[in-house]
Amino acid sequence: MRVMAQLAMVMNLDKCIGCHTCSVTCKQTWTNREGVEYVWFNNVETRPGQGYPRQYEDQRRWRGGWELSRRGRLRLRGGSRLRRLGSLFANPELPALTDYYEPWTYDYRTLTTAPLGDDSPVARPVSAVTGAPTTIHSGPNWDDSLGGGPENGALDPVVAKLRDELGHQVRFEFEQTFMFYLPRICEHCLNPSCVASCPSGAMYKRVEDGIVLVDQDRCRGWRMCVSGCPYKKVYFNHRTGKAEKCTFCYPRMEVGQPTVCAETCVGRLRYIGVLLYDVDRVTEAASVQDEKGLYPAQLDLFLDPEDPEVVAAAERSGVPHEWIQAARRSPVRDLICTYRLALPLHPEYRTMPMVWYIPPLSPVVDALAKTGFDGEDAGNLFGAIEALRIPVEYLAELFTAGDPEPVRASMRRLAAMRSFMRSVNLGEVPDQNLLSGVGLTEDQVRAMYRLLAVAKYDERYVIPTAGVGQAHELEAVATKCSLDTEGGPGMGGGGGSRGGPVELVVWNAQSRPEGLFPRRERS
Amino acid sequence: MTSPLDLLLWAVLPYVTIAVLVGGTLWRFRYDRFGLSTRSSQLHESRLLRTASPLFHFGLLFVAAGHVFGLLVPKSLTSFLGVSEEMYHLGALVMGALAGCATVAGLAILMWRRWRTPAVRGATTRNDRLTYVLLGVVLLAGMSTTVLTNGVMGEYDYRETISPWFRGILLLQPDPALMESVPLTYKAHILGAMALFCLWPFSRLVHAFTAPVQYLLRPYVVYRSRGEGLGTRELGARERRRERQGL
Ligand code: HEM
Ligand code: SF4
Ligand code: SF4
Repeated sequence: MRVMAQLAMVMNLDKCIGCHTCSVTCKQTWTNREGVEYVWFNNVETRPGQGYPRQYEDQRRWRGGWELSRRGRLRLRGGSRLRRLGSLFANPELPALTDYYEPWTYDYRTLTTAPLGDDSPVARPVSAVTGAPTTIHSGPNWDDSLGGGPENGALDPVVAKLRDELGHQVRFEFEQTFMFYLPRICEHCLNPSCVASCPSGAMYKRVEDGIVLVDQDRCRGWRMCVSGCPYKKVYFNHRTGKAEKCTFCYPRMEVGQPTVCAETCVGRLRYIGVLLYDVDRVTEAASVQDEKGLYPAQLDLFLDPEDPEVVAAAERSGVPHEWIQAARRSPVRDLICTYRLALPLHPEYRTMPMVWYIPPLSPVVDALAKTGFDGEDAGNLFGAIEALRIPVEYLAELFTAGDPEPVRASMRRLAAMRSFMRSVNLGEVPDQNLLSGVGLTEDQVRAMYRLLAVAKYDERYVIPTAGVGQAHELEAVATKCSLDTEGGPGMGGGGGSRGGPVELVVWNAQSRPEGLFPRRERS
Repeated sequence: MTSPLDLLLWAVLPYVTIAVLVGGTLWRFRYDRFGLSTRSSQLHESRLLRTASPLFHFGLLFVAAGHVFGLLVPKSLTSFLGVSEEMYHLGALVMGALAGCATVAGLAILMWRRWRTPAVRGATTRNDRLTYVLLGVVLLAGMSTTVLTNGVMGEYDYRETISPWFRGILLLQPDPALMESVPLTYKAHILGAMALFCLWPFSRLVHAFTAPVQYLLRPYVVYRSRGEGLGTRELGARERRRERQGL
């Protein structure tokens, strides 16, 4: 047993209101630059829907992730290493910019410079790539909240799969429709196919915290990771010719702060914590024959930080004491392992993703409420979870490779918690059978309620800082602006020749404002 | 007696080229690793690239293999192995023409694509333009040596002159006299190639030196420690100077 620590995230989908604050704050922090205009490390898609990039889940087309060879060995779905090298010159599985969307801005200048006339001037869309006037065909969030819309619903690869392979028709008539939001970041997988696809070896998984990163100095722009990732969470910067991806905000994590998307989440629905797992068994778990067995296999990888044997093994593998302690208090572990509420996204890609989701109960509650029943009554809810086949099966295609049972079990626990806490709040005597029926104790339900509904900041995020041995250096990282060098543009440093303030919003890489960079030296 | 011009072109210039190529590449690998990239434009345009780029690159790999064979393998060895002059000539002509045509066709489509696709055109730098022109010139001159000088107009046995000259350069025994009688097309091709090699380290062509063959041997998933490589990038000369001056 070789123990490694992994920073993981859980999102409680019931609470996502689709406000996109996470996407916007992430973009402002990390991808507000040229070359990555179209890139959203965090995006929120409406399901059923096509997602971003459109129909990224159709792996028959994109060939991302892993598959089992006929002899049961794990190999990249995109083909053998030789095939990957052979397709270096033109990658047949690379999405085009139009599969994301063509980024654009508006010709705002016309608004102020247009000559006086009868008509008010209009700012027309201009492509952010070519600068030419353009027509907008799609955008970063084109089918937002149109989950039930017939044009979008039928184009959802998951809906198509249910229809073609299982013969289940997802209804898009108004009364029967359902939708929810799915915020997505990189999964920081235990078995990352992006890393495995990178021919240069520029991508790596960090030993200390499991964060998957691209070494910008080693990336050569072969763009194999983009097609290798089944979640399409590696992006190609068309200016620098390098791959970029979600970094799990590692500079923040290292000093114990949550990611920007989590910090700013309006719904307070994201949880971050440590999980210990056994690296030696990852390949074995990812090679389980039956796709439905992948979720249990991944669960089985996670180790119990209370177990003295695990602790001893972790210490042998160099996991710091602080991290083991954090693993004990990990909210993510509670939601994934203890309450079994959270489920992985598309385990059938065999990458062992590490951003998990608590399936939304709201489609069921809404459906009940629409038919005039009390959507919070346990009897009704349980009945509905059984009866409402389509939402459950749709969710199962997302989270458990099609096995509805874990989804139902998770929803039953959520339903039991709702009913139980309602009785408590209304001063009724709660029905204890309710809890034993879903395998929870009263203490557990109250703790669950506290974690999910009260959702205190320091209970949602339990993040150990990077090694105590380096605390001294990290302090400098945390308290000092990295631009604060002598002659740099930051507030610190003495003297030097700095220009005035720089308007970063309109700055592009072609211009070179005074003070933003060190002076060019002329020799 | 070798003229000073010949001496310059065929004994000095080759070494300048080698120095620039090797020195420039080392410099880039040390100080501009972030700049090393294919700068793929496939995101903008995929349809044409998917035919043109493999056509160009695979053609080029064949051409390169042909050069290695023609320049480095001495005539005595092939005749010892029983390859007759006619067989060799025919083989070189046919294979060279085929690979050359593929490469030129590929490059033509790539250039057309670059010219006609607004997004790709926008991503083209002045450096790229120079590279394309030079690449085109070298390729066309090379094609004309094979097709014109060596095909239509008869036969020219470069293995008596150019190949020994080239090996002489590598063995540090340059013999510019060998190049005196060489036809103009060959001379143009070689001079163009030397210019291209001088540009190589400073253009996008360096990506050829980073061809990731090690991929075949390494384990799928790469693990790295946080400490490794952190802040280990070597400073450029300018940055070091600043540091010394305490700026
Ligand atoms: C075996 C080594 C090589 C590999 C793996 C390789 C790979 C690549 C890749 C991935 C691209 C980017 C294509 C795209 O997506 O836009 C590219 C472009 C290019 N390569 Fe290579 N290359 C190699 C050797 C060479 C050589 C030897 C040359 C020329 C002497 C060359 C010339 C070019 C040019 C001119 C482009 C730009 C094509 C365009 O976009 O118009 N390559 N190469
Ligand atoms: S989700 Fe992240 S870690 Fe997983 S394959 Fe994609 S980019 Fe790699
Ligand atoms: S900020 Fe939170 S609530 Fe808003 S869209 Fe993102 S995940 Fe959902």
